[in-house]
Amino acid sequence: MQNYIKLIVLGLITFLALIGANYARDLAYLVNALTVALVAGGLFIWVLRNTDEPVQAVDLSGQYMDGVVRAGVIATCLWGVVGFLAGTFIAFQLAFPYLNFEWSQGYLNFGRLRPLHTSAVIFAFGGNALIATSFYVVQRTTAARLWGGNLAWFVFWGYQLVIVLAATGYLLGATQSKEYAEPEWYVDWWLTIVWLAYLAIFIGTLVKRREPHIYVANWFYLSFIITVAMLHVVNNLSIPVSMFGSKSVQVFSGVQDAMTQWWYGHNAVGFFLTAGFLGMMYYFVPKQAERPVYSYKLSIIHFWALIFLYIWAGPHHLHYTALPDWASTLGMVFSIVLWMPSWGGMINGLMTLSGAWDKLRTDPVIRMMVISLGFYGMSTFEGPMMSIRAVNSLSHYTDWTIGHVHSGALGWNGMITFGALYFLVPKLWNRERLFSLSMVSWHFWLATIGIILYAASMWVTGIMEGLMWREVDANGFLVNSFADTVAAKFPMYVVRGLGGVLYITGAIIMCYNLYMTVRRSPAVKSSHSAVPAE
Amino acid sequence: MAKKPEKKQEVETTGHEWDGIEELNNPLPRWWLWVFYACIVWAIWYSIAYPAWPMVSGATKGYMGWSTRENVAQEIAAAEEANSEINAQLVAADLSAIPGDEQLAGYARDAGEAVFNTWCVQCHGREGGGFVGYPTLSDDSWLWGGSMEEIHTTIAHGIRNDEDPDARWSEMPAFGADGLLSEEEVDQVINYVMSLSGEPKDAAVVEAGAEVFEINCAACHGENAEGMVAMGAPNLSDAIWLYGGGYDALYETIWNSRFGVMPPWTERLDEAEVRAVSAYVHQLGGGE
Repeated sequence: MQNYIKLIVLGLITFLALIGANYARDLAYLVNALTVALVAGGLFIWVLRNTDEPVQAVDLSGQYMDGVVRAGVIATCLWGVVGFLAGTFIAFQLAFPYLNFEWSQGYLNFGRLRPLHTSAVIFAFGGNALIATSFYVVQRTTAARLWGGNLAWFVFWGYQLVIVLAATGYLLGATQSKEYAEPEWYVDWWLTIVWLAYLAIFIGTLVKRREPHIYVANWFYLSFIITVAMLHVVNNLSIPVSMFGSKSVQVFSGVQDAMTQWWYGHNAVGFFLTAGFLGMMYYFVPKQAERPVYSYKLSIIHFWALIFLYIWAGPHHLHYTALPDWASTLGMVFSIVLWMPSWGGMINGLMTLSGAWDKLRTDPVIRMMVISLGFYGMSTFEGPMMSIRAVNSLSHYTDWTIGHVHSGALGWNGMITFGALYFLVPKLWNRERLFSLSMVSWHFWLATIGIILYAASMWVTGIMEGLMWREVDANGFLVNSFADTVAAKFPMYVVRGLGGVLYITGAIIMCYNLYMTVRRSPAVKSSHSAVPAE
Repeated sequence: MAKKPEKKQEVETTGHEWDGIEELNNPLPRWWLWVFYACIVWAIWYSIAYPAWPMVSGATKGYMGWSTRENVAQEIAAAEEANSEINAQLVAADLSAIPGDEQLAGYARDAGEAVFNTWCVQCHGREGGGFVGYPTLSDDSWLWGGSMEEIHTTIAHGIRNDEDPDARWSEMPAFGADGLLSEEEVDQVINYVMSLSGEPKDAAVVEAGAEVFEINCAACHGENAEGMVAMGAPNLSDAIWLYGGGYDALYETIWNSRFGVMPPWTERLDEAEVRAVSAYVHQLGGGE
């Protein structure tokens, strides 16, 4: 019976998508509609073939649902490499503009590839890492199988569809022009559905937990899922120009739109890249170090302080703009008070290692986690500092911001994800250990040196550029033209690109290492059954 | 930080355990807590001192009287005030006398460079180096004249724009596209023009091209192809080319014509700024 409902729904979606493709007003919409028709049509056939086949009833309730986590791990690796590659390429496009090839204008030039890069690394790489690890962690720490059965698979594949629709849309010119919220209205709608399903699974699993308390990692994951849902819906309120076109018009306009956008944008950093990844940290660091979490009290205080303060910090992205002074002040003040709550996570992570510091010598995975906490601490200090108006007047619009974001993204988000992947793969595929620890070491050093090259070169160009922009002569006239600052940045742009090359090389080594772990490492007994810890 | 290392490590755990993870019951680190408090105290003071809290009909203004809009207005007023005297002198001076007046010329060069680097450099390049289609301003070849007056007129009114009725205006016909010359004649005249700047070309073709030139082109570009400043018609006998001096570029120019435009700058710049940037361009190398 259920299959017949599925068939009707899938058939209807295929039909509607084909109608949409037929009346499409632009290329991006056409390609996206055909993609949807293809996916829904494929699923229709698949469901049809399985309908009325005998099903063996297996009781899986005592087993963890790890298939979807495995898929998430693979997707994380795949999208990671794609995102890093796009990033490295556009870094070189900035250094050598002729890489914006004539034949690829309008598809693969910097303007089209830049959102592809940011979305690929944040939402495809980071998002898959968050979904996969949260599914793993919530099952382990509640001793319960994921709630909702195959809904988890719907979330996984639905999220991949979001990524594919968004990415092809960018290249073909469908964008809302809102940073980190570029996908157009129909992708936003679809993501909303997928995200609510994700929220339902997570809460459902927490509700049926077999542990008395909810572990701190799950507080962070849950706050991330809830807040991202809220941010996504509000910032994407828009009216489509046509049901058959990708273009939409934002509901807010002018400075209200800018404020909504940066309320969203900053909390994408705060809840996606900070709270979500802190959830990851709170599980994988104590597991890998085999030490208790340093302070329960600190985890409570810094969690609530972080959640309360982060949401107000957005206006610091709009200092010295049309935004009223009072909003700008509040954004700055909340950002600075946020400093210690952010560091609470770093302290709790690093101090968890006390008593296990010797592992830094022997275990490159721990080393990766420690350096990721180091970069986390550094960028959560740098962020409040850059939110100070006087500092911001120098740093804003310069490469300093890009350097700041990347020391956080490559250092904190990237490294903690790599650490989690190194932990997860042997567990998920029932392997005794990783294929090669020396490869992990190689990855560690390549990534670390890559980040240092990236961040240092961007600090140098950022501050240089900021100083050049404001340089005036004795009569009060500006000394440099914009083009002068661009020319002066060239050597550092090359250094930045090389940093990217090192980083992606490390990631490719990781993918190979993980692949070989699955293929070659000795097998161990399954650990997928759900037993509450006592 | 001081009490971190050798203190007895094993505090109690909370007694909870998840998948083997336990939690210690360590207190909040002292330094962390105090820095957190300090930030909060600072935040409260700052939000009293500066515009911060939204109320019913406007936000609190803060006791420091600080406002970004007023600050920038004051800074602009101060800068304008500081230069107002010399700006007035610059506007009052006879244009052609500016380069000779050491004080005015020095000021105009600095001020003009700032204007140039903001508004002109995108097309004309750093220090007027020029790009294809955008004339070099640092040599002594001038399309519309290189005296202070002529440069000033060009900058103030622009070239081939609809905004300013006094804009410089001339238009070369699209000799090929409009059917004024045949394919063969275009080829001949290209050969002739290329031969003028020393390219070795077939003598017979060049001679035919010279005839085509005399009938069709000499009215603007002159008998000797040395150009005509009044028409903005370039000198074709030197090695300086606005759109390129190769065969293909010349073919494009003659067949389809060119239509380079420049906006009138009086809309965006005041008279002192126009004069300053004129003086800057004048002293780049080729001022007459």
